[in-house]
Amino acid sequence: MLALEHFTARTGEKPLLRISTAGSVDDGKSTLIGRLLHDTRTVWEDQLEELGRSTVNRASRGLDFSLLTDGLRAEREQGITIDVAYRYFATPRRKFIVADTPGHEQYTRNMATGASTADAAIILLDARKGVLPQSRRHAYIAWLLGVRRLIFAVNKMDLVDFSASVYEDIRAQAAPLLALLEGAEADFIPVSALDGDNVVEASPRTPWYTGPSLLELLETIEPPASAVTRPFRFPVQLVIRPHLDFRGYAGQIASGRIRTGDEIVTLPSGRHSRVKRIVTFDGELPEAFAPMSVTLELEDELDIARGDTLAAPEAAPTLARRAEAILVWMNEAALAAGRTYLLQHGPRTVPARVEKILYRWDVNTLEPRPAQSLELNEIGRVLIETAEPLAFDSYRDNRATGGFILIDPIHNLTLGAGLIESAVRRERRGAAGVAFRAARLTPVERQALFGHKGVVVDLSARAALAPLLERQLLEQGHRALLIEIEGLPAEALAEAGQIVITTLPAAQPLVQSADLSADDDEALLELHERLRRSGVFLIQDDVEPGEGI
Amino acid sequence: MLPVLSHLRALEAESLHILRETAAQFRKPVLLYSIGKDSSVLVHLARKAFYPGRIPFPLLHIDTTYEYPEMIEFRDRFTREIGAELRVYTNQDAIANGANPYDLGTSKCCGLLRTRALVDGLRQGGYDAALGGARRDEEKSRAKERVFSFRDREGRWDPRNQRPELWNIYNGKVDPGESIRVFPLSNWTEMDVWRYIEIENIPIVPLYYAKPRPVVLRNGSVIPLEANVKLLPGEQPETVMCRMRSLGCTPCSGAIRSEADTIGKIIDELIGFRRSERENRIIDHDQEGSMELKKREGYF
Repeated sequence: MLALEHFTARTGEKPLLRISTAGSVDDGKSTLIGRLLHDTRTVWEDQLEELGRSTVNRASRGLDFSLLTDGLRAEREQGITIDVAYRYFATPRRKFIVADTPGHEQYTRNMATGASTADAAIILLDARKGVLPQSRRHAYIAWLLGVRRLIFAVNKMDLVDFSASVYEDIRAQAAPLLALLEGAEADFIPVSALDGDNVVEASPRTPWYTGPSLLELLETIEPPASAVTRPFRFPVQLVIRPHLDFRGYAGQIASGRIRTGDEIVTLPSGRHSRVKRIVTFDGELPEAFAPMSVTLELEDELDIARGDTLAAPEAAPTLARRAEAILVWMNEAALAAGRTYLLQHGPRTVPARVEKILYRWDVNTLEPRPAQSLELNEIGRVLIETAEPLAFDSYRDNRATGGFILIDPIHNLTLGAGLIESAVRRERRGAAGVAFRAARLTPVERQALFGHKGVVVDLSARAALAPLLERQLLEQGHRALLIEIEGLPAEALAEAGQIVITTLPAAQPLVQSADLSADDDEALLELHERLRRSGVFLIQDDVEPGEGI
Repeated sequence: MLPVLSHLRALEAESLHILRETAAQFRKPVLLYSIGKDSSVLVHLARKAFYPGRIPFPLLHIDTTYEYPEMIEFRDRFTREIGAELRVYTNQDAIANGANPYDLGTSKCCGLLRTRALVDGLRQGGYDAALGGARRDEEKSRAKERVFSFRDREGRWDPRNQRPELWNIYNGKVDPGESIRVFPLSNWTEMDVWRYIEIENIPIVPLYYAKPRPVVLRNGSVIPLEANVKLLPGEQPETVMCRMRSLGCTPCSGAIRSEADTIGKIIDELIGFRRSERENRIIDHDQEGSMELKKREGYF
């Protein structure tokens, strides 16, 4: 049996941080990155020599660092970056992968691409110009794609005499933007990429700034909460069947951990089994965790294929055919509601159509606007419907299982990237299917419409969990209501079909909060399980496991 | 304490995922095997990805006939040992017409014996995906390369034609005649490759290790004397302790002076040694942006 240390022991390498950078041609972003590469001595001597020999040198003094990052000839000649470029550098403390993306509005798609795997984003500002609409756009796109650590590099400080008040002013300008970006942590660093101030080393020219240099900050920020803490998800890529005695499911653990003997549920079929063995080329493992790529052998012979997901049964992903999603459109041909595309979600590809565009965002002002379609580089909120059910989590909860792409079935291009928000419940017809519109709803009809019965959940012993439970139930499409004030008729509301969550002791609660796990996440899972077992839910989200096969 | 993958294992996991996606998405994938260190890592990863099954696609070596004999020896022995299916393709027409770098110059010779041969070899095999060991940190024009890189019917790369790649979702859809080049080592650096070879004990061509070799010093390069290498007027052979940092054809690749005869010493040397891996590949210096031009023409 192979020890897990085989995969966790460090052998001379360092932790990894993925960064996306955004900024316009004129903000000096390429110069900044070039300097980071140069000053961390990543740039090979001969590439520097070649720079010297290059016929394209736009720097007014010294070496033009931006040439180190502008790879394509056309770009070098015009002095702009057209696409996403990946750069690698390391310091003794850490290894970095930089996704360098252009700043123009017409490259929103590239910015989204670069940000999709980033742990932190560097947003460049020109000290003379402050927070521009493009800066808002860059921050917003990074945040949208799940980046919660934003580093604002206030560049060209040399052109504003390293003025503290200019810097403070810019911080103030950014405050309203940051208020919109929920959960984001922002740092501001005054730099001069051209001269090197506060890029790698602290600058003597900004004595009023007591924060870290850019590199120091990059070396010390904590990577975001690990995928290992999310529930177990294993999208099956391949079935490995070298001979009749072995059937293994190969894939990369998207989130969570798994141990030999653990129970799993397969989706969309809904069948259960246990992990018999965790197989790797190097040996069998007692356990594995995200993002390891392994092969799982199960106790039972199930009919599992590429595109199925194995998951933790007590915290299974949502299974649905309709969802609300944020869509970033990446193609010259505009999105057409109603047209059939292919949706690729991990290894699963299904036909899909955008039922409706709810609205789009003006990416410069972040205001919602009505929209009939989405053009290239526009971002909108849409209702999407798939031919077969998908097993997913909301992107906010799990970046690894909440994203998808849309593909043009004729030209094969990737048209857009989607971030799932939540499943959407199908509109229900009356239980009897009869149009007695004027008649009062019967309790049975009400239950059929809501998809669940009403119940009172007493969380007086664990009041802190109440808002979380309410949110979770609402996100799943259930009618949940949190009551914290005396005198409201919890039981009556439950009769009317609401799942009433109360932090006040209730008289006849169906679901109690006694004996819950001390750990909040586990306690919430237990509450969901108790609700399920009490028969509250009539239908599992939108689809019964097994439906649509 | 949350378990965290070491950096190399994280890169490994990502590469295994990419290899599996390739096997799953394509009808007829092939692994372009250049016998170099990156290829060796790639084959090792392929063995891991499909274990306990065999590698479900063949290894294709584009043989220019100017390769080092040690490479050919290694290729045949290694592929036999691991039970991989080896296919070899050579641009026979060009060879028959006497193609060689001395007469044609490196640009034209590579054009025929590597680029043309690659495109033809892939077309002849009807492959819809070709896996290669290229990394993004190798050269400027590779920095923007996708993991799944679309190639048109002529095997050409157009930077404007590449698909956005988010998360770890790869769109490998192609029409007949089109193909995808897949680069599972995209995020690996040269140092990562060496460290991985070290911890995994991956066998590599002995040329990578330093030993005294007969060479000729030409234009600042140290060129090992092999059967194909002609001495130009005025040149004298010498014996130099050297090794290859990057493998190419015998007349066109330079060795570097080195004492590093083990992986550990190679890594130490690399840390102290800043010359770019490709500096000694003369073809990269033909013109400014030369790799990019070659890629537009279809060279790997």
